[in-house]
Amino acid sequence: MNKNTFDIIIIGAGSVGLPTALYLAKEKLKVLVLDIYPSVGQGQNKCAIGGVRATHSDPAKIQTCLKSLEIFATWKDEYGDDIDFEPGGYTFPVYTETDAANLKTLLDTQKHYGLNIDWLDGPDLLDVLPGINHNGLLGGTYSPEDGHLSPIKAAAAFYRQAKNLGVEFRCGERVIDIIQNNDAVSGVKTERDTYTAPVVINAAGAQAREIGDMIGLDLPVYPDCHEAGVTEPVKHFLDPMVVDIRQFPRSKNFYFYQNFEGHFIFCITPYPPIEGTDRRATSSFLPDAGQRLIRLFPKLQNIKVRRTWRGLYPMTLDGIPIIDEIDEVEGFYVVVGMCGQGLMLGPGVAANLAHLILDGKPLLPEELFDYFSYYRDYTGCSEALR
Amino acid sequence: MSELRDIFRIEKHPILTVTSAKRISFTFNGKKLYAHKGEVITSALFANGIRIFGHHPKDSSPQGMFCANGQCAQCTVIANGVPVKGCMIRVEEEMSLQSCDGLPELPEVRAFSDTFAQHGEVETEVLIIGGGPAGIAAAIELGKAGLDVLIVDDKHRLGGKLVLQTHSFFGTVEDVYAGTRGIDIATRLTEEVGRFPHASVSLNTQAVGVFSDGKIGLVRGEEYFLTVPKAILIASGAREKGLLFPGCDLPGVYGAGAFQTLVNRDLVRSSEKLFIVGGGNVGLIAGYHALQAGIDVVGLVEVMDKVGGYKVHADKLKRHGVPIHTSHTVLGAGGDGRLERVTIARVDASFNPIQGTERTFAADTLLIAVGLDPIDELYLQAERMGMRVYSAGDSQEIAEASAAIFSGRIAGRHIARDLEKGEPVPEEWSQKAEILKSKPGETFPLKAKSFPSGLFPVIFCHQEIPCDPCTKICPKDMIVIPGDGIMSIPEIHKDECTGCYRCVAFCPGLAITLVDLRQEGDSGLVTVPFELSEDLIKVGDEVDAMEIEGRVLTTVKVEKVIQRRAYDRTLLVVLRVPKEIATSVAGFKRKEVVPYGALGEGYQTKIGDETVVCRCERVTAGEIRRLIREGVRDMNQLKVLRCGMGACGGKTCEPLILSLYKQEGIDEKEVFPYTKRPLLAEVPLNVLAGLKEE
Repeated sequence: MNKNTFDIIIIGAGSVGLPTALYLAKEKLKVLVLDIYPSVGQGQNKCAIGGVRATHSDPAKIQTCLKSLEIFATWKDEYGDDIDFEPGGYTFPVYTETDAANLKTLLDTQKHYGLNIDWLDGPDLLDVLPGINHNGLLGGTYSPEDGHLSPIKAAAAFYRQAKNLGVEFRCGERVIDIIQNNDAVSGVKTERDTYTAPVVINAAGAQAREIGDMIGLDLPVYPDCHEAGVTEPVKHFLDPMVVDIRQFPRSKNFYFYQNFEGHFIFCITPYPPIEGTDRRATSSFLPDAGQRLIRLFPKLQNIKVRRTWRGLYPMTLDGIPIIDEIDEVEGFYVVVGMCGQGLMLGPGVAANLAHLILDGKPLLPEELFDYFSYYRDYTGCSEALR
Repeated sequence: MSELRDIFRIEKHPILTVTSAKRISFTFNGKKLYAHKGEVITSALFANGIRIFGHHPKDSSPQGMFCANGQCAQCTVIANGVPVKGCMIRVEEEMSLQSCDGLPELPEVRAFSDTFAQHGEVETEVLIIGGGPAGIAAAIELGKAGLDVLIVDDKHRLGGKLVLQTHSFFGTVEDVYAGTRGIDIATRLTEEVGRFPHASVSLNTQAVGVFSDGKIGLVRGEEYFLTVPKAILIASGAREKGLLFPGCDLPGVYGAGAFQTLVNRDLVRSSEKLFIVGGGNVGLIAGYHALQAGIDVVGLVEVMDKVGGYKVHADKLKRHGVPIHTSHTVLGAGGDGRLERVTIARVDASFNPIQGTERTFAADTLLIAVGLDPIDELYLQAERMGMRVYSAGDSQEIAEASAAIFSGRIAGRHIARDLEKGEPVPEEWSQKAEILKSKPGETFPLKAKSFPSGLFPVIFCHQEIPCDPCTKICPKDMIVIPGDGIMSIPEIHKDECTGCYRCVAFCPGLAITLVDLRQEGDSGLVTVPFELSEDLIKVGDEVDAMEIEGRVLTTVKVEKVIQRRAYDRTLLVVLRVPKEIATSVAGFKRKEVVPYGALGEGYQTKIGDETVVCRCERVTAGEIRRLIREGVRDMNQLKVLRCGMGACGGKTCEPLILSLYKQEGIDEKEVFPYTKRPLLAEVPLNVLAGLKEE
């Protein structure tokens, strides 16, 4: 067989492309992964702060992320690599009755689809969040099986295992064309070379739209930009990820956790959203984030901020990813629009996709998987916990 | 108690003024100690003989001072409950300090405030980051052009590294104050820039990031503010390169800049026995500064077959008996929790250590002075933000301070022109700038003396360097530099010496003596300059007369010690010497520095796997090498080991890791550097947030 001929080509070695390569290689397929950056995980994967949760409102996302959590939680035992997974849980503390009511209405669906989550009243929440500002704290949801991990180590682990199974990686190669033959894909052309395969997967994250455009697909994936920061490490006192869903000037959600090395890692959802692909640091982020962090955890006022970065959230209109085989072009799959949740969705998405490609059926019940359809009505239900 | 304390303070210095400071008390791990009001925590601890500030959370290794510049976090201590960088925070009366053993614990906050101040914004036409020679010189030119300038500097006074320099500077008298001591050049530049009402200065101010809206984040004490300039000049100087060897992470191993900060800024006697790696000007000068501070210099190693710095600097050290080991490298540093010994060895033509040539010396401090890299992060960030950005001085190109003054001046003119103000850059300036940047040129044999009798100066300057004070100082214009420019070897072209001593006192290289053979008999007088403590020399002392390279000629007697205000703190020591050697005496030595003994620690051609490369996160060469061998070429992948994710942001380890790649036979071009992001230094959250105290 020609050295440039593969069973499957994956475009994008990120949160989705890496686990997808691994699961397909486990099925003895010959896989090539292409990436524009010099090494794997250098797009938005490394910008993720590391939270992994199944706490969503959309049933398909809940179940996909439960699968991811299962993979992360058992990773070290199965493969040996330490990805720093800590099942510290997720909390959404609330200070207004409206927020409390909104979160409580989601609980039934969340529990129905298998999520371990409950409402904790103020005092009980204080046990989970020692040091949180309790003035006006009404309580919040707590999902103890969610957690956090190191995105860098996870990417490196997926990469290493995939490589061990024979997956080939070409990093630093920009894809310039998708080759088609009678309404079916037959390969990919990069700046350096041409590769052939009957199946091509678009897992290009923030660049997914440009890749779709190469075969005339108008993928409704529009990146916006979130900003994050990390502090010096201090002695551990906080286990869960904390999500503050209040709105402040210039920002909506604010979330942070303390990783196992002691660093606090925090991220803000700008409001109004900052659309586009500009990843340069803004001057407003650190003061805004600093104020929100101190408001929630006063004792963090004495911690030092070490670094800041921005990452792109490839958003869809309804906050739900697009995972589908394209009808118009045979063999072309889109796994795009992770809406900033590629890290937590990635392994679950990959497991489903491998089944979809090999058996024609995903792991999830098909009526759930339909939520991910490219052909869905994007004005229908939408994810409440973006 | 106070006598014990004072052994670590410099109470008398030949050049620097020791002012009496107010004593304040503080505690360290519960023990009551005293500091000088206004000094930073690290200096106060060093002044009390404390050089270990805590233990690393990963492997409990002892942590001490390293950068002394707020870049790393190795001097972290707990001050009144809050983890702080000791080198950046001043001791306060009654301050309670605790060593930082493992991860620090954040203090509980009792009175909780949630009021925040909007951070201020300062508008200026030109923002200059770094108030060293380049920055100030640029500000002066911009001031002349009538532009608004804001100079920010992270230190407590302007002058940059000039304020740490006790020696006289080279270059041209006319353009860059040659013949004046560095600290005094700093004062003059500071005074000059002060004359421009539109040039303002913000001290103790650190630039921490450039943002997408064209604003620059600045931290001054507890205050965070932004500036919005039309143009930025990066004049933030240089950073010292590191060196990998076993034990390079021990407390007591640090850079020459940190040493000069302790000794010349804070007047702390930080060591007793100093060893230096690197024979460039930085290492040579640091050695001389140590001697001036009364610190023994055990030796200096230089891997090349000759020193890279000015020969006159090396000769000064040699004449004081400091051994300079060329074609030698440091094999390793050892000690129980802190530096106690240094092992060196001779190297072969490929710079590999030669087995059997190892020697070990007792030393409590090892200075790494193996070169400088420009500090260019802010420049690159500003460029990325599409701003109008310039650089000058060492952050543009590594050279002497005299060259930095000139490059600053040129940058100032360029900026003014680009903002449609001021005068164009005169054509001859770029040529002058190039001369000042010149590396030392050829060394010529010393010429035979043409004056067999009488009174005359002898010049021991025989290497081409950019320097001209000797030609300006002689009232009889006896000394000339032949040809155009200032690089050639100065010559004496007249016999009209009046014995005024000015050339002896003002040669920046201390490379001119005055020989007086007018008296009858076998002996004559040689007057040599002396810049160490006056207490070390008195009339009647027997000393070793030294020839230029530091070989002992004979024992001679001190006839006279001349101290005059006009000689600017340089003592003139008159030696009575046999006439036949009078023109060979270049200096004298007081005592011997004896090597501690020889206990070779073994032969090593490459960095051992156990050597710590990333100091912040304690990552070893072996761990990094394993990933390099697995094929990692993007340094961002090394972050799985946490390399580059520590407090310094990879500034220290990146060049060291590149040297590991090189050792593995991998071309630097194949390696992708770390992605670098703001902040440039860690900033407390309450400062960024503008938290107001309740």
